[in-house]
Amino acid sequence: MSDGTAVLYDTLGPRGRLRVRIASIVCGVLLAALVLLAIVRLEERGQFEPDLWQPFGEWVTWRSLLEGLQATLAAAAVAMALAAPIGLAMALGRLSLNRPTRWLAGGYVELFRAVPLLLFIYFAALGLPRYGIELSAFWYLVLPLVVYNSAVLGEIFRAGILSLDRGQGEAALAIGMTYWQSMLLVVVPQAVRRMVPALVSQLVTLLKDTSLGFVIPYAELLRTGQINGQFYGNLLQMTTVVALIYVAVNVSLGRVAVRLERRQARRYGSAGPHAVLGESDVALLAARAGDGRERAGL
Amino acid sequence: MGVVLDNLDRYADAFWVTVQLTALGFLGSLVLGTIVATMRVSPVAPLRAAGLVYVETFRNTPLLVLAVLFVFGLTKVGIRFSLFTTFVIVISIYTGAFVAETLRAGMNTVGRGQVEAARSIGLTFGQSLREVVLPQAFRTVVQPLGNVWIAMTKNTSIAAAVSVVDLTAVAGRLTTDLARPLPLFAGAAIGYLILTLPMGALVGALERRVAIVR
Repeated sequence: MSDGTAVLYDTLGPRGRLRVRIASIVCGVLLAALVLLAIVRLEERGQFEPDLWQPFGEWVTWRSLLEGLQATLAAAAVAMALAAPIGLAMALGRLSLNRPTRWLAGGYVELFRAVPLLLFIYFAALGLPRYGIELSAFWYLVLPLVVYNSAVLGEIFRAGILSLDRGQGEAALAIGMTYWQSMLLVVVPQAVRRMVPALVSQLVTLLKDTSLGFVIPYAELLRTGQINGQFYGNLLQMTTVVALIYVAVNVSLGRVAVRLERRQARRYGSAGPHAVLGESDVALLAARAGDGRERAGL
Repeated sequence: MGVVLDNLDRYADAFWVTVQLTALGFLGSLVLGTIVATMRVSPVAPLRAAGLVYVETFRNTPLLVLAVLFVFGLTKVGIRFSLFTTFVIVISIYTGAFVAETLRAGMNTVGRGQVEAARSIGLTFGQSLREVVLPQAFRTVVQPLGNVWIAMTKNTSIAAAVSVVDLTAVAGRLTTDLARPLPLFAGAAIGYLILTLPMGALVGALERRVAIVR
């Protein structure tokens, strides 16, 4: 797929090569000029003063940022660990044979998926104490993350289950398994495995969303950076470094997702009934799934 | 819901802010995303590299980090807009990266034969992109693109974290004063549903209309 666009232009002839080379040089110079302009502008405003960058030469700063990163990762890990089983339960509920169960699970997923996460977090942090529910900042962040992500994961799992060949569930029933046996022993393990790349993408989204802990405030990476930035008077530099840490962590996670996707594609073949699903396929499948009357081969 | 009705004017103002954020973010991210997607498939190497850096950077940075960077950081270098404008710029840049990736995925689904045919009747790179590839790419990505913008509508709530008074901010502020969290937040949630539900329906209808059956 990655070379699908290479066909947009043929192997170039001498004149075409010359044109592309000229365009490359012109664009390269323009981009370099843009970067240079930004640097000059920053320099004029004294943003490269050694004072502003000096904190990054000290272990104290990095230890503080690493603690922030640790808090970020902890919130993301706990939220994912709690949201995944709930999401799976919701997916099974939406595909259940029992109508009230289907409606309840469907209502949960549709409602909590549709509301902005930050609204939940404000509700938890500002609203719950009014009802006498006092939690730590960590849980004010993690609870909304769990509610929201369990709804999203519910859709991912449902898409995975629906994408499985009907024959899998039917065969399990035919050899005498009960509904639950066939689901838990045959359908779900295959569905989950197939959705691993989509789950990792969702993990990246979740990790980014932990930055909303900033508003509670929960001392995750962004908040820690902000505090450091105010202390050293270098908010711009500190926030830039924080952004780069996020990019580094998420790009590595993304790499893992791509590698898993390739490994699965190798193992199960890249097309046909065993295709591995990416993010956009989840959306398509979920859309096609309609109102949940389908039962994943059961 | 009495508290919501009592403050309906504040909710209406905030809803209008959210609508504006959504509309401007939609336009900004569509323009940026299309440009970056074109860069990513162009034969000019520096443009491809710049497009890749753009997508990888902004897709992997949390929106709130970008917002904080722009609101608190860039004022230090004399780039100063209103909070509202700053957030529109930030959400356009952020969502633009997702639009670009979705469009590129769409381009990859356009059959090789289509492009080869376009090339063989003598269309240039720009022509085959404009006349053949992009129209088909847009059609295959209606659903995923729609999802990107529905997610963006929900993401406009992050404006509240940098003091733009949108629906989320109003619910938070009124809660501090009135101590009736549940109806207040439900009111804001309904505001978002008023936007996202028709968007979802529209995307579905559009998808059925323009989908290419292969």
